[in-house]
Amino acid sequence: MFLNVGPAHPATHGVIQIRTELDGEIVRKADVEIGYLHRAFEKHCEEATYTQCFPYSDRLNYVSPLISNFGFAAAVETLMDLQVPERCNYIRVILSEISRLTDHLTCIGASAMELGAFSVFLYMVKAREWLYELIESVTGARLTISYGRVGGVKADLPEGFEKECRAALKKTREVLKEVDELLTGNRIFYDRMRGVGVISASDAIAYGITGPFLRSTGEAYDVRKAFPYFVYDRFEFDVPVGEHGDNYSRYLVRMEEMQQAIRIIEQALDSLPEGPTNVDPEGEIIEPDLMSDLGKYGKTSGLLKNEVLIPPTLQGSEKRYHDRVAAPSKEAWLPPKEQVYSNIEALMNHFKIIMLGHGLRPPEGEVYFPVEGANGELGFYIVSDGTDRPWRVRCHPPCFPIMAALGSILEGDQMADIVPTFGSVNMIAGELDR
Amino acid sequence: MEANITLQKIQENFENDVIEVHSRFQQDTVVLASSSLLQVATFLKEDPELQYNYLMDLTAVDYWKRKPRFEVVYHFLSVANSFRLRLKVPVAEPEPKVDTLTSLWPGANWYEREVYDMFGIQFTGHPDLRRILLYPEFEGHPLRKDYPIKRRQPLIGPKH
Repeated sequence: MFLNVGPAHPATHGVIQIRTELDGEIVRKADVEIGYLHRAFEKHCEEATYTQCFPYSDRLNYVSPLISNFGFAAAVETLMDLQVPERCNYIRVILSEISRLTDHLTCIGASAMELGAFSVFLYMVKAREWLYELIESVTGARLTISYGRVGGVKADLPEGFEKECRAALKKTREVLKEVDELLTGNRIFYDRMRGVGVISASDAIAYGITGPFLRSTGEAYDVRKAFPYFVYDRFEFDVPVGEHGDNYSRYLVRMEEMQQAIRIIEQALDSLPEGPTNVDPEGEIIEPDLMSDLGKYGKTSGLLKNEVLIPPTLQGSEKRYHDRVAAPSKEAWLPPKEQVYSNIEALMNHFKIIMLGHGLRPPEGEVYFPVEGANGELGFYIVSDGTDRPWRVRCHPPCFPIMAALGSILEGDQMADIVPTFGSVNMIAGELDR
Repeated sequence: MEANITLQKIQENFENDVIEVHSRFQQDTVVLASSSLLQVATFLKEDPELQYNYLMDLTAVDYWKRKPRFEVVYHFLSVANSFRLRLKVPVAEPEPKVDTLTSLWPGANWYEREVYDMFGIQFTGHPDLRRILLYPEFEGHPLRKDYPIKRRQPLIGPKH
C-alpha cells in the first residue's frame, strides 16, 4: 500500500512528507520529501549586510538559535581575523550549552510524548522553560534572540545571572533524574525504542551524519573535541557514545550529553573571567537618558568617562560592561546606544557599521567554520568579495544528512516505528530547509 | 602544518589537474580541474594516510561575470587525522556539469540535488537528480546571481 505520512501529520515535528510503500505494517520503501519551510535564508543573506544576517540565523534552528548566531559570528570573525575577549568566549560557551540543553529536552520530551509518555514531555518542557527564562534574561527574547555580533555579543550577562543559572541547572538536573527513572528502564519505552531505526557507524559516516545521531553508533566525533573553538578546550567533559545506533542509544546519548552540558556550564561559571572594564571605573554613574540629553546639547566634556547603567536587554547594551564582551576592533563592534546618542565618534562608528554601503567589510576570501550544534556539525561557509555584503553564505545544517539517510533507516521497520525514529532525528525544519 | 600532507600528496599525484593550492585562514584549499574530481575524491577517501572519510558539505558558488562562472565546493573531513580540506571545482557555462560523488558517499545525493535545485548545475551519473527544496514547477535557479530576489513565480494550482 502506498501511504503519505505528512506533510501535516501531528507527529512530524516540522512540515515534511514521507511517502511510504507498505507491506502490511512493514515499510518497504520510504521517500522523504523536504523543503516545505524553505525561506531562502542563503539568498537573503546575500542581499543583507553582515550584521543583518543575524536575525536570519536565529531562525535556522529555532530550538537552539544561540548556537547558529555564534557560529555565524565566529565565521565572520575568522574572515576578519578578530579575537573576541575571554569573557565573550565564556558567555558563548555557556549560552551554547544552555541551548544544547533546551534542544535535547525538546527532542526527548517530544518523542516520549509521541510514544504516550505525556508527563515526560511536561516535565521536560518545564525544565526548558527555566532555561528559556535564563536566555530571556540575557538576550531579551526567547527565540528571536539576535544576540550574537561580529566581534562579541550584544551585551554582557545581567546582574545575578550566575546565581539564577546555577539554580536552574540544579532544578534541571532533578528533572533529568526524574525522567531517567521514568523512561530508561520503562518496558514500553524500551521495547518501542530498542533495535528500531538502526544505522551502522559506516553508513552514518557515508551519509555525513554528525552529532548525537552519529555518536549513538559508537563513533566519538564531536567538533568541540576535534576542533575546539571558543574556549571548549579548557573544560573537562566527556563525549558519550552509544553502542547500537538505534533509537534507544540515541536517547541515552542525548540524556548523557545534557549532563555533560551542565558540567561545562558549571565549570564555565566557576572560571568566568571579569575581563577589562571601562575607561574610567571611578566615573560617575548617571542615567542614560540624561547622558544622551547632555550629548544632544553639546555638553560632552568628560561624558565618555561616565558610566551608564541600563539593563542589557533594553535597546543599548550596558556600557559599564561593554568593553569586556567586545573585540577592541572598531570596524566590527557596534558602540553602545548611549554613546551613539551622545557623542559624534560613536555615532560615526555606528553609522559606518550599520548604514548600507558602509558596514563591516571582511577582506576577500572564504572560510568554513564548524560548531557543534545540538544535532551535529553546524558549519557556515562564507565567501566575501570585500564588500559589506557576503557574496555567498552557506549553512551546513546538521539534520540535512540525517534526513537524507532517513529513508533507508526506516525501510524494514514497522509503520509505527516511523514516529520514534523520526523523533530521534530531531529534525528542525528551520535549518533543514533554510 | 601537518595537514599540508594532503596538499603535498594531491600536488604530487595530480600535478596536471591542480589549478591552485592555498591555506588561507589555516584552511587547506585545492582548486581542481573538474575532469579529475572523481579520481581525487577516491584518492582522498582511500589513501591509508589521509582517510578523508567524510564528505561534510557540498555546495556551489556563483561568481557571476567571472569565467568559469560556477565553483562547486566540497568540504572533506578526516576524523582519524582531524584534517579538513576544501576542494573547489570550477564549472563553466553553458551547461555546467560535474561528476557525481554518490558512488563514494551516498550522502552526496541530497547535497547534489540541492546544488542542482539552487544553481542548475548538472551532476553526471546522479541517480535521482530532481529539485529538493523547491517544487518541480519552479522556474529558474534562485541562488544564481542573475535571479532577482523579488522575482515572482507563476501560480500553480492542484493538478487534479
